[in-house]
Amino acid sequence: MTLPLFFFYVFSAIAIASAVMVISARNPVHAVLFLILTFFNAAGLFMLAGAEFLALILIVVYVGAVAVLFLFVVMMLDVDFAEMRQGFLQYAPIGVLVGAVLLLELLLVAGSFVVSPEIAGAAALPIDGGMDNIRALGQVLYTRYVFLFQGAGAVLLVAMIGAIVLTLRHKPNVKRQNPLDQVGRKPSEAVRVVKVKSGQGL
Amino acid sequence: MDFITAALDYLLGIPILGWGVQVGLIYKTLLLLVCLLVFTAFILLADRKIWAAVQIRRGPNVVGPFGLLQSFADLLKFALKEAIIPAGADKILFLFAPLLTATLALAAWAVVPVGEGLAIANINLGVLYIFAISSLGVYGVIIGGWASNSKYPFLGSLRSAAQMVSYEVSIGLVIITVLLCVGSLNLSDIVRAQYEMGLAHMIGLPQLTFLNWFWLPLFPMFIVFYISALAETNRPPFDLPEAESELVAGFMTEYSATPYMLFMLGEYISILLMCALTTVMFLGGWTSPIDLPPFTWIPGVIWFVLKLSAVFFMFAMAKSIVPRYRYDQLMRIGWKLFLPLSLIMVVIVAFVLQLTGWGWHGGVA
Repeated sequence: MTLPLFFFYVFSAIAIASAVMVISARNPVHAVLFLILTFFNAAGLFMLAGAEFLALILIVVYVGAVAVLFLFVVMMLDVDFAEMRQGFLQYAPIGVLVGAVLLLELLLVAGSFVVSPEIAGAAALPIDGGMDNIRALGQVLYTRYVFLFQGAGAVLLVAMIGAIVLTLRHKPNVKRQNPLDQVGRKPSEAVRVVKVKSGQGL
Repeated sequence: MDFITAALDYLLGIPILGWGVQVGLIYKTLLLLVCLLVFTAFILLADRKIWAAVQIRRGPNVVGPFGLLQSFADLLKFALKEAIIPAGADKILFLFAPLLTATLALAAWAVVPVGEGLAIANINLGVLYIFAISSLGVYGVIIGGWASNSKYPFLGSLRSAAQMVSYEVSIGLVIITVLLCVGSLNLSDIVRAQYEMGLAHMIGLPQLTFLNWFWLPLFPMFIVFYISALAETNRPPFDLPEAESELVAGFMTEYSATPYMLFMLGEYISILLMCALTTVMFLGGWTSPIDLPPFTWIPGVIWFVLKLSAVFFMFAMAKSIVPRYRYDQLMRIGWKLFLPLSLIMVVIVAFVLQLTGWGWHGGVA
């Protein structure tokens, strides 16, 4: 057994175990933390496959940003654990049905899986073996697939604008701060020096 | 058993099969860890001393000469006291959070080149690795705040998570501008690029290495990085997650003894990491400021530590001089000022490099 193979089994075993824990953990926060562990091990597998860039991006984007927000939302939820477990048996048949259909579909897809000749041609793009990952990726991404890349960027931009439009609300009767005004304020406008006679006050 | 011998050979450098001449990874790691932890102890003291000096106090001065052993006394105190775990806390996560913080802070140091060829792992994606590890640092804070099962820690952790995620964005863009100039994600390459090209070479005085360093051409980014690094590590004036006037001690409120020490240690080590990153990306890493004999006799490691200490001095001064920011102001600076500024700088730097052909070409594989 070679060292990479050993680590492959370690990462895969932890990934599968923590994926199982995601759905079996009773506390939703624990479930999200196990999900993060799964992401982490997936990144480890990427690393073993020689895709270091993808592995680190997976950690930066999914673990470092997406999962943080996920964790946020789950922590804010007021979950009654006892109540959650009550409906388990009631919903179990539906869950099993959905799972079975999904498994069947996956098996069908896996059985009839063929690499399209077009993509098989793309795989033979001349990539220098000594070139590092990120450079090779960049040279393909910004030349051959530049329009797809830009298109993906545009889709993300639209999604972002959509999210902002959906959530942005200007409530009336809310005092807003204008930092320019705050910074531009002078002592002469803000402070008034008053001579106070002792014993009289203002 | 082949892989075990290979692993041992790699880790320990013991020649079991063949002649393993390289120094084992374990020794290197241990050396770095010990140096780093001792240095952190003195940095902690320096932080308190500088703070005291600005406020015309003496600071810690009882333990050892000039209070030099104060941090070690604190260490003993933390280690010997009882760690109190609140009854309502999630025990495992409560203890896991400080461990995570400290481990991640130490792990990021694996790729930092403290001298020519002196990095434990000289990997090609070093910058990205540091970025990935530091983006994980937020978990220690969130988990710690949540597991305490108490209001102040939770509020503190919410604040901190939002703050760290926000400032990571501008740090990422600053890093991208530096990477554009270097053309490599290897931290040693970043230092080498600052030695081999730049303003000093352009004006025909290659001895003045300090003019080469990226702090000069990328000055706005240098400032943005410095301020973002303060915010990213929850240093004052951006220490809102642990603002004592509002949140007692933020996410650390329920922590005591060793777990608290681990949080503290993790925080200071990630502050040092940010100082080291500033040194590597903007201040020429291990290279001497002037490439002439009296300066070049000093080894690169010492230059690195000197620069790192200078950057930390700026961190400590900011802590003692600047009053704490309001939370909305902090968010405003991050999203409305730094993000657009660094985005524009990425575009400008890319344009200039494309038009002039400047930039480093030594690292092209």
